[in-house]
Amino acid sequence: MAKAPALPSGFELPLEPRLPRIGSIDQVAVEERAASLARRSIKREAKVFALDLAVRMMDLTTLEGQDTPGKIAALTSKAIRPDPSDASVPSVAAVCVYPNLVPAAVERVRGSSVKVASVATAFPSGQSPTSVKVAEVREVVDMGADEVDMVIDRGAFLSGRYAKVYDEIVQIKEACGDAHLKVILEVGELGTYDNVRRASLLAMAAGADFIKTSTGKLPQAATLPVTLVMLEAIRDVHEETGRKVGMKPAGGIRQSKQAVQYLVQLHETLGTEWLTPDLYRLGASTLLNDVLMQIRKEKTGRYQSPDYFTID
Amino acid sequence: MTDLERRQDRAPVPSSWDYAPAPESRDIVTLEERYGLFIGGELAEPKSGEYFPTLSPSTEEVLAEVGQAGPEDVDLAVRAARDAYENGWSTISPAERAKYLFRIARILQERSREFAVLESLNGGKPIKESRDVDLPLAAAHFFYYAGWADKLEYAFPNRRPRPVGVAGQIIPWNFPLLMLAWKIAPALAAGNTVILKPAETTPLTALLFADVLRQAELPPGVVNIITGDGRAGAELVKHPDVDKIAFTGSTEVGKAIQRELAGTGKRLTLELGGKAANIIFDDAALDQAVEGIVNGIYFNQGHVCCAGSRLLVQESIYEPVIEKLKRRLTTLRVGDPLDKNTDVGAINSKQQLEKIEELVKSGEEEGAEIYQPPCRLPEKGYWFVPTVFTNVAQSYRIAQEEIFGPVLSVLTFRTPDEAVEKANNTPYGLSAGVWTEKGSRILSMASRLEAGVVWANTYNRFDPTSPFGGYKESGFGREGGLHGLEPYVDVEESEVRG
Repeated sequence: MAKAPALPSGFELPLEPRLPRIGSIDQVAVEERAASLARRSIKREAKVFALDLAVRMMDLTTLEGQDTPGKIAALTSKAIRPDPSDASVPSVAAVCVYPNLVPAAVERVRGSSVKVASVATAFPSGQSPTSVKVAEVREVVDMGADEVDMVIDRGAFLSGRYAKVYDEIVQIKEACGDAHLKVILEVGELGTYDNVRRASLLAMAAGADFIKTSTGKLPQAATLPVTLVMLEAIRDVHEETGRKVGMKPAGGIRQSKQAVQYLVQLHETLGTEWLTPDLYRLGASTLLNDVLMQIRKEKTGRYQSPDYFTID
Repeated sequence: MTDLERRQDRAPVPSSWDYAPAPESRDIVTLEERYGLFIGGELAEPKSGEYFPTLSPSTEEVLAEVGQAGPEDVDLAVRAARDAYENGWSTISPAERAKYLFRIARILQERSREFAVLESLNGGKPIKESRDVDLPLAAAHFFYYAGWADKLEYAFPNRRPRPVGVAGQIIPWNFPLLMLAWKIAPALAAGNTVILKPAETTPLTALLFADVLRQAELPPGVVNIITGDGRAGAELVKHPDVDKIAFTGSTEVGKAIQRELAGTGKRLTLELGGKAANIIFDDAALDQAVEGIVNGIYFNQGHVCCAGSRLLVQESIYEPVIEKLKRRLTTLRVGDPLDKNTDVGAINSKQQLEKIEELVKSGEEEGAEIYQPPCRLPEKGYWFVPTVFTNVAQSYRIAQEEIFGPVLSVLTFRTPDEAVEKANNTPYGLSAGVWTEKGSRILSMASRLEAGVVWANTYNRFDPTSPFGGYKESGFGREGGLHGLEPYVDVEESEVRG
């Protein structure tokens, strides 16, 4: 076969008949779809199922300058045994902390099912040299973190230097070794759903085990429509390659009702296969007590005072 | 840490998540055993002496008996409307008319849950649709036309708009209350009086609406509601003292009405069937386009005259679109219309179910490939699984005839010209959809498609300010917007100069 002349570099040639391009997102329609899924009415045993699942999927988070080993001790105890008065409430999936607190967290969760996740890569801005980020990731993994939550270089992404973003994720993934990599897109800085989709596909192509909406450090964090856009990108990757990538909405999820809405959206977009902490996490710092309160309400038929739930 | 705290308690994740039933309570609706005809402000026994049962299509339960209007009843209703027209409604101040319309709109909003439940009960549509679409839109139509009532001089400047007189309005069963609002609101705003005949299978919300009219203290006879089958409609069309007929329904009946009215001088508007093309270009936002396809054809069980029943997909994205669509269909929840999580409700009647079944059978026989998601249907009632036909040729009946059910026929195209040609290759011309990221293509397609409504990157979206109506055999005349007033006003043909 004659060889076709090469395209000038920088041109993308759709050689596959399927999904030859990244595609786009219609803002109005995706927001409508997300709103309509949020109107599902989840009651009784279906609600108990969702609340229980929400606990299992939770990344209990503290990312403050004032975090100390003492704070981490309280958080991990809560993570392992969220409701001391009810043994049937499961442990959360993981605690999510800053690198310096990883050793304390690892020490406290030993022997339990709770994993330790650490943010890294110059979290939350990501504005540091790649070498520094890679070194940071190596260290948190050495200290025993099971999961690494990295941030993408939004500056590079928004200026169109996608290769820089991609290469960095690839290097971080390599530095993670066996640790799971969650890639934070920081959707609040990406500006459009089209960008969110593009960044999602980029992160997955570069090896992300999970894609995650936000750092939680911006007022605009996870929303239902932005999470839907990311779930649909995950679905496309799964359909094309068979690879299952996880999803983690984070930031702004404070109430059980929201958690249930996120799970309904997950259920109806990616199906029951994804209803596992291996493929879905809810990043939250204040959600847990509201979920516990709802679980107790479903079990006893009445609401308890917040005084009965520990503040950790 | 204690041993208790160290316990491994991650249980295996259950493999499915079934939503518990979440039914809307029907206690809010109080039904009479029997309903008469609403004539001259009173519900009265039909002179015909005839009643017929009205059902819940999701359970086949008889909800109530309603009167069958005979010729004498129709005559009484027309007289009541004429009397109300001559003695008040056409001459009271327009602001006064607006007052009643605003009242009706507000009462509809206040009683919206009651109406939504009854609409779903009697018609089979999911409560989320009657609650979020039918009721808000019905109220919005009354609000919108209430605003026009005292501004007709501005709507038709220098043309001295006057009411037409007595209007006979015949509406279908797919959006019983919404179609009532589309018909009654502009007619009253312009100073006409009305005899409304709801569809045979769905009379109950119209009869409940009679109660709203009493609550609003609308003068007797301004709106009369007569129930019954096609015979009642035929009597109304024939009645010599009716000045205008507005009909929404099948093309077949529409044609018969037009023949009947030829030469009588009565005014006529028809809003008839459709076989709309929903056109997906390869640059469209695919997941949202798939939502639009679903909303286009499975909304209200496909009982929508403007339903996007013919899907035209550009060949280069055919596979992913069909895969995504099939996958999406597996998540549609078919069942109890009163359950808040139901996406697709019951087919409106046995007769309609049989028609759908017959056409679907013809599609299979003609060689189209059928796909239906796994779906457990209730044992009683009228149900049809959401269906997609692929490998459909333009010549198949399922590509030509209006099915009026949850059945989609998929065709492909290669170029914009071919899409236009195929989309227009139908006797109908009510609506169309275009899905593309390219604004210029939206504009060029909209101008080339022979359809009264062209939606771009959305589907089945309605607003009282926007006119709606058809080309070709989909009818003539417009409802909604300023255009929706025209059929109900008489204007000076030549401009009056001061």
